[in-house]
Amino acid sequence: MKEKVIELVEVNKWYDKFHVLKDINLSVFAGEKVIICGPSGSGKSTLIRCVNRLEEHQQGSIVVRGITLSHNTKNVEKIRGDVGMVFQQFNLFPHLTILDNCTLAPTWVRKLPKKDAEQLAMEYLKKVKIEDQAKKFPGQLSGGQQQRAAIARALCMEPKIMLFDEPTSALDPEMIKEVLDVMIDLAKGGMTMIVVSHEMAFAKEVADRVIFMDEGRIVEEKETKEFFANPENERTKLFLSQILG
Amino acid sequence: MLINFIQWSKKSLFSNWWNSLITLFCIYLLFSIIPPFINWAILDATFSGKLKTDCTAGGACWVFISVWFEKLMYGFYPVEHIWRINLSFIIFIGTIGFSFFVREKYKLYILFFLIFIFPVIAFILIRGGFGLTIVETREWGGLALTFILAIFGIILSFPLGVLLALGRRSELPVIKYFCICFIETWRGIPLLTVLFAAAVMFPLLLPSGTFVDKLLRVAIGIAIFESAYVAEVVRGGLQSLPRGQYDAAKSIGMGYWQMNFFVVLPQAIKTVIPGITNTFIALLKDTPLIYLVGMAEILGIVNMAKANPYWLGMAVEGYVFAAIIFGVVSFILSSYSQKLEKKFSTENK
Repeated sequence: MKEKVIELVEVNKWYDKFHVLKDINLSVFAGEKVIICGPSGSGKSTLIRCVNRLEEHQQGSIVVRGITLSHNTKNVEKIRGDVGMVFQQFNLFPHLTILDNCTLAPTWVRKLPKKDAEQLAMEYLKKVKIEDQAKKFPGQLSGGQQQRAAIARALCMEPKIMLFDEPTSALDPEMIKEVLDVMIDLAKGGMTMIVVSHEMAFAKEVADRVIFMDEGRIVEEKETKEFFANPENERTKLFLSQILG
Repeated sequence: MLINFIQWSKKSLFSNWWNSLITLFCIYLLFSIIPPFINWAILDATFSGKLKTDCTAGGACWVFISVWFEKLMYGFYPVEHIWRINLSFIIFIGTIGFSFFVREKYKLYILFFLIFIFPVIAFILIRGGFGLTIVETREWGGLALTFILAIFGIILSFPLGVLLALGRRSELPVIKYFCICFIETWRGIPLLTVLFAAAVMFPLLLPSGTFVDKLLRVAIGIAIFESAYVAEVVRGGLQSLPRGQYDAAKSIGMGYWQMNFFVVLPQAIKTVIPGITNTFIALLKDTPLIYLVGMAEILGIVNMAKANPYWLGMAVEGYVFAAIIFGVVSFILSSYSQKLEKKFSTENK
């Protein structure tokens, strides 16, 4: 039995009166790759944003690597150091070069010496194949390059878990592949990943499990092959038929 | 060249009848103002002499300025110690000049020096102590005092304003509402009231025997007053930042102060440079108000000098001189801010 690294029990969340997450139960094991899909507004992004507490949940418990998420800021910061996140809009820091984007957290959060931080950053920039862009500013890069830089920035904290919030949705079609390739590499390297995405080809290739969400609930949760071969829920079927065409 | 000019003026100045009318009116205005002013300020002016009676040419009497020059610059600061003010000023200008030539990563140290170390050095030099003769602050004055107040005000109000702006957006209600009250109260009081309170009322509230220097009280009053304005300008910058920047900073494990110091403020302050410059120029131009609580910066000395029995009626020369100095300093401030803006905007592209 593998180690449980994320456990959500009966999680509920409201935005004012709007009930975004309803009774979410989810466990993720070390090294597992989980894809979350579903129509927009179904709470997918909110769910993974709860995992590193960019959003607060109101009911239930979320335990990440043995630490229960609460108002304790120190715990939250510790978890955020272990959990990397990649956003739809990249969210690189526009006033810093790509290299500085990557070394910022290692230098100030992990307190690495500057030289080590830079070496680490270059290593990961090489891994996502943009080491030649290190001295440029985010605005000078294409969308695909920016997203890969954002992945490198997250990896520089050497996280144990990576969260991806629709990482390819803001990209032009020809750039999606370069980002997915990086993510596939990462998956093959054994990283624990939760990915909110509609890239079904990617899901088929790397995912251990696929989760379908609708209206704040986990509607269906299956192993990848099962999910695509025998979806049970009507809404899942409809969604898959629309998305796979 | 000439044809170009004619074409250009046809297009931009005389394109239709009302534009022509406005153009002609402006030309008339310029002609009725500029030549007489040049006549008065330069051609008919008297530059050398020692007394008011030396001014016989009918134009400006710049003798007034040259006789009072030392007072206009240094107030009643003892003449034999004036070098101390000059030295502080040279250190200040020298450091800023030096910063143009050093590499980016050392600029932070220079900023640190200017904010934390320079004020101490300047204070010791100007006020005395450590072997230097003490010069009481009531003897300070003139342009030097204008600069002292403006620089002190800027150095103190900027960090205070930034903290207030952050506090106003804090999630902790106590801090948030304290900052809102603080900002709104100080913005609601006229500067003149602040000055009177600092100079006259504040000492009454102190327990007897304690004493805070009057100039210090006034300077802190001005700095706090301006910090409320700086706070609102900076808040505008904070609000313009997309939420994704906060998300990203948090997601890589940065704490509140790290996030603000490395990610949020550098971007927010960059966007509000024009607004901050605006506030600082206003601060510079507010300093003459201290005349009303019995301190004489440059405009105060002009007021004092024009009331001198030997120099009655010299108000215009004094005011023109002060206006030119304020104009030049404001211009330097705004060109420097434009330079900063340009530098930052190219950096990101």
